[in-house]
Amino acid sequence: MSNRIEFTRSPFIKNALKSRYPQLAVFIVMLIGYIFAILAGLIGTPVGSRNFSIVFVWIAWWAILILVAVPFFGRGWCAVCPIPLPGEWLQRGAILRPERSGAKSKGRGLNLRWPKSLRNIWMQNISFLLLALFSSVLLTTPNITSIVLAAMLFAAIGLSMVFERRAFCRYLCPVGGFIGLYSQTAPIELRIKNKQVCVTCEGKPCYNGASTLGFPLRGLRDTPPFGKRGLLDSPLPRRTLGLRSANSGYGCPWDVFPGGLTKNTYCGLCMECIRTCPHDNIAINLRPFSADLAKPSTRIDEAFKAFIMLGSAMIYAGVLLGPWGALKDAAYNVGTSAWFTYAVVFLAIIFVILPGFFTLGILKTKSVLSLKQRFASLATALIPLGLMFWVAFSLSFVLTNATYIFASLSDPLGLGWNLFGTANAAWQPMLISVLAPAQTLALVGGLIWSARTAQKAASEIKTSSIPVIIFCFAATLVMLWLLL
Amino acid sequence: MKRSELLTRILITVAVLGAVGTPLFLWARTPLIHAKVAEDGGWSPDVIRANAGEPLTLHLTSDDVVHGFAVGQMDMQGVDVLPGKVADITLTFDKPGIYTFYCTRWCGLNHWRMRGTIEVSGSNVDTQPVPAPLYVSLGLDIDAPHDAPILPSQKPSAIRGQKFSTNLPILQSPDFYRSHSPYQLFDELTSTSFTESQRWDVVAYVWQSNATPESLANGQRLYAQNCAACHGENGAGNGVFADDLAASGESSMQTMTGSEDMMMQTPVDFTDPARMLGASPALLQGKILRGGMGTGMPMWGSIFTEEQIWDLVAYLYSFQFNYQGAVR
Repeated sequence: MSNRIEFTRSPFIKNALKSRYPQLAVFIVMLIGYIFAILAGLIGTPVGSRNFSIVFVWIAWWAILILVAVPFFGRGWCAVCPIPLPGEWLQRGAILRPERSGAKSKGRGLNLRWPKSLRNIWMQNISFLLLALFSSVLLTTPNITSIVLAAMLFAAIGLSMVFERRAFCRYLCPVGGFIGLYSQTAPIELRIKNKQVCVTCEGKPCYNGASTLGFPLRGLRDTPPFGKRGLLDSPLPRRTLGLRSANSGYGCPWDVFPGGLTKNTYCGLCMECIRTCPHDNIAINLRPFSADLAKPSTRIDEAFKAFIMLGSAMIYAGVLLGPWGALKDAAYNVGTSAWFTYAVVFLAIIFVILPGFFTLGILKTKSVLSLKQRFASLATALIPLGLMFWVAFSLSFVLTNATYIFASLSDPLGLGWNLFGTANAAWQPMLISVLAPAQTLALVGGLIWSARTAQKAASEIKTSSIPVIIFCFAATLVMLWLLL
Repeated sequence: MKRSELLTRILITVAVLGAVGTPLFLWARTPLIHAKVAEDGGWSPDVIRANAGEPLTLHLTSDDVVHGFAVGQMDMQGVDVLPGKVADITLTFDKPGIYTFYCTRWCGLNHWRMRGTIEVSGSNVDTQPVPAPLYVSLGLDIDAPHDAPILPSQKPSAIRGQKFSTNLPILQSPDFYRSHSPYQLFDELTSTSFTESQRWDVVAYVWQSNATPESLANGQRLYAQNCAACHGENGAGNGVFADDLAASGESSMQTMTGSEDMMMQTPVDFTDPARMLGASPALLQGKILRGGMGTGMPMWGSIFTEEQIWDLVAYLYSFQFNYQGAVR
């Protein structure tokens, strides 16, 4: 841990994270923006480039997400995402915290465990692909964007009413899936400070929630002199009563035990454990990039996530930025035979062609591991490559379309308003002269990064990295051809 | 419930209601006239009501491509209606009546069908009967074949024709010109000593004599704005929409009653001498006014003024004749 810098050593940062209010303030702003985006898509102009829902979701938000939030903050977006909030508030029966430790939850919902067979990211892989197949329409049609945004919000609410914690975020969110994958490369992590503290911590409140906090003798908490008008029911602050003041948090909404965290993938940075931990044993650290990738994953769902993201970036580059009109038409005309062909090719590239070449490459490599295990482990190398593919692809359309943000800011619904005097800002591509060098840098940098990751992963499972590096090299050449 | 929880709930409820209510309220107070290509519905609403003598402000926006807005038979500059942007225009109608507004940009195959009406009410209703158009008073069947049986061997020249036309005052009168086809005049000149070629040159001269340079220029402008998309810049019936019109078939063609049993046809070729030399200005006026003819030709009677139609007709003949100080 010597190469970590603990942000939470700063009292300012620690207090800001421990308190619910700063995050809540951001949540409220995000929720307003989210609801406004839904509404804008439904009642605003159907012209995508002039509608808040398209411009702020698919240009502004996407730019921040893929160019800043994911590479530098990992699941930083999930920390402020408004989608799970209404469901979570209903589930808990509170927006802030329970009125006092041990108080019964007034929340509604069945609080079922998520089915064991679905405790993976295949549902997220599928939900992402569903959106990806319709992306040409989704990215340009405000009311479709609104429907998808609303569907995600209601799906999150519905799942919160049936299952415990943030089931939508953890198992279904199409965005959360790839953010989790790429968050492993980010230089930010939430980890425990001292494992021994967690081992001896009774009740594991960071996972189980506040009802066990500050009062480990669970069987006595409703019995005088502690509960039932005893100490715990006293209006005096708990600190005054000599009880630990760690009663301000819920169990991990992401269904993660922080004590067992070794990678960022499933930690949503919701900060709940920082508030909950009675031992102040949770830290936010600055760390080297891609620290989590040193130990490759062995999960096949995560491996395929890497292929889905890599393949999607390449296909999008061809469809959205390429010169092939027939391809654009096929992607846009959902339901036509051309679109079905496009969809089949899309899925074939992701599930057959890319994994097929990858498998052929590693087929003959020597290893004690099975082919499936090697496949999953070596696919780790595709994580930095895929991220940089997305960065390079996104640079292109974000810089091309960023000026729409100014017009949309002043006239978000296309009703002729001019709130900030920028409604008539002319469309103009930005920083075009640096675009190609920046994309090249991203792609070549991604290739070097993935080659290094491949070497580490191969070394970990004692096999050769050469086939993976060749695969990454070939993919990068294709992406360079598509983008430049 | 703790006060902080209560306040937070109130704050979030107000914020959410504000996020929903404020834009809804402002949206409801901003009535827009939406323009979409005719296939997707055209103007919405397509009927607007106004009062004579009172300014009518319209907020126009396009939901797809670039459109234009103008009101027929009014001396006004068309307004561009851009996708997702709002264009404002204020109109004042002096007289009650039903006015037609239309798209002025070639927005799509059925651009011509993108029309709506402004119903202007008021007390000073004009009780003067509208005179019948010339083609009606002449009893012309504008759907009947009218090809000229004899055609010139070369393009008739008004410059050459001027030399032979010194004693033809009656033939140069506007009434004669409008009610006769070029071929009819050619035929009437049979009794003269002119050769066939000279007779056609005389016809060209007579036709030019009935058009001023201004009217030809105005006709050219109207043609470029409203006709060239189908009939072509050079009148050859090969405008940018021509092939698509023929290929689109009945799906994009409606009769006046809205049924879908009419087929689009390739637009008329104004460079075809048989068709044009056999058509009188009154007949062309009728075709422009009424449209139809079992083709995709729209009616322009509610858009163009009578003077504009005569200017347009004069310009159409320039595809057949070489005029002095040629307009093209």
